[in-house]
Amino acid sequence: MANIISDETIEYVGILAKLELSDEEKEQAKSDMGRMLDYIDKLGELDTTGVEPMSHVFPVQNVFREDVVTNGDMRERLLSNAPEQKDGMFMVPKTFD
Amino acid sequence: MSITDMTAVELAAAIRAGTTTSVEAAEAMLDRIEKLDKTYNCYVTVDREKTLAQAKEVQSKIEAGELDGPLAGVPVAIKDNMCTEGMLTTCSSKILGNFVPMYTAEAVLNLQRAGAVILGKTNMDEFAMGSTTETSAYGVTKNPWNTDHVPGGSSGGSAAAVAANECFYALGSDTGGSIRQPASYCGTVGMKPTYGTVSRYGLIAYGSSLDQIGPLTRDVTDCAAVLEAIASYDVKDSTSIERHDTDFMSALKDDVQGMRIGIPRDYFGDGLDGEVKDAVLKAADGLEKKGAVVEQFDLSLTEYAIPAYYTIAAAEASSNLERFDGIKYGYRTEDYAGLHNMYKKTRSEGFGQEVKRRIMLGSFVLSSGYYDAYYLKALRVKALIKKAFDDAFSKYDVILGPVAPTTAPKLGSSLADPIKMYLGDIYTIAVNLAGLPAISLPCGADKNGLPIGLQLIGDCFQEKRLIQTAYTYEQIRGPFPMAVKEVG
Repeated sequence: MANIISDETIEYVGILAKLELSDEEKEQAKSDMGRMLDYIDKLGELDTTGVEPMSHVFPVQNVFREDVVTNGDMRERLLSNAPEQKDGMFMVPKTFD
Repeated sequence: MSITDMTAVELAAAIRAGTTTSVEAAEAMLDRIEKLDKTYNCYVTVDREKTLAQAKEVQSKIEAGELDGPLAGVPVAIKDNMCTEGMLTTCSSKILGNFVPMYTAEAVLNLQRAGAVILGKTNMDEFAMGSTTETSAYGVTKNPWNTDHVPGGSSGGSAAAVAANECFYALGSDTGGSIRQPASYCGTVGMKPTYGTVSRYGLIAYGSSLDQIGPLTRDVTDCAAVLEAIASYDVKDSTSIERHDTDFMSALKDDVQGMRIGIPRDYFGDGLDGEVKDAVLKAADGLEKKGAVVEQFDLSLTEYAIPAYYTIAAAEASSNLERFDGIKYGYRTEDYAGLHNMYKKTRSEGFGQEVKRRIMLGSFVLSSGYYDAYYLKALRVKALIKKAFDDAFSKYDVILGPVAPTTAPKLGSSLADPIKMYLGDIYTIAVNLAGLPAISLPCGADKNGLPIGLQLIGDCFQEKRLIQTAYTYEQIRGPFPMAVKEVG
């Protein structure tokens, strides 16, 4: 395997991905990601000098609309899906002391 | 013929003629689901009461002359990644196990405007990430042709439901082949439209630049009717395209005289099963005898589509799936210490292994220091792949090839080796990168009786050529057998 994923890299990716992996999952993730990157490295065979990255197939530019409210008050229905709510608001864990 | 054996267009005609009703059709289908779905597990959610209430309402509109389209009154199954107001929408994930949307996806609304009756929500690979429907948090779906085999994925529940006659037609979504490959494995018709043709509003995003909703149906006529109903310009989807050529049923013509069909040699190399190859080439012969001009050519870059796709799709997935944070909807972990720990535990417990694998890969390829080398490189390769198709479509109207290298694999044989599983997408994935339309339709069966799919790929906005070619082939082939004949 050409790509060796270090413990630090997996820790860092876990922070970016907001995932908490067990030690066993970390080892699996290191091996999976290494293999995938080896595979993706195949793209390096192609000379892409001067080729613009294509994010969308069609030349779609920013699509603007007037900033007007079109939906009604759906607060109660929105909140009905929340794991916790209080006084018409989403309830989140304490974020600072 | 049993009412549940009818195609969607046949059923709507029978309802219009007054020989049956939408309510009768819905009841017959719900009864069949009750009998069969214990075996196949096509559905995550079925709501009998809601379905019958819709059917009654639609039937009264038909009788009042307010609804008379080619799908009015016909019950449909919806893949469980499309939001349906008031009906559980899980994406086959634990993290959305209790999510009841407050609005309906635009494509589904378009069907409802055309008189569709929703039977339920179909099983899929979790967040559409997979090729077998085995990554669902709600059990595997089984192939109605042989229950030891997978139905394909990620729209496996929709394809199996169509094949088992557990619905008259279904909607799926296709990010790298997720409509066409299960359609192929299950012996149904499946179509991925040109990117932007069907609104993605209300489709739970996986790879936003690749995702398209499309039909899974029993025949090409139904496919054209469903595509015509769901295609629309929608200001709520900023990538939606305003088209004025969506009268797809007008392309149902038995005629390929002069149609230029190209067969990419790259799609017939190592790894393609011999029986699949023979069946696909036999279909090409049939079209040639009807007057099509068929020749082989080199498409090129085929082997680069999968690594480019997995980079782009994983990158977009890692961004799109950030919204699942245990605050606004869905699952939240029981025990946690503070906000960040809650996020991490919720997501780690709520997502399955394949989803986590792709989020991790996506986070990595987007991280600073790797963004240029991986993500931008993949977008550059995407541009080259698009160019290869542009060159091909300067010579051909339609590209013809297999959908998948093999017929449906056995349950439990795919997930252990992800890269091997990803290689199964080799003929479907480039289509999504290039935004093209493509259709899959059955063209035979292997020695074990499992269906083989034929894929026709068109240039952007050329769905009509695909429909016309597919319809013509269907006339050559004749009726395709049904997977499940008797219901005990």
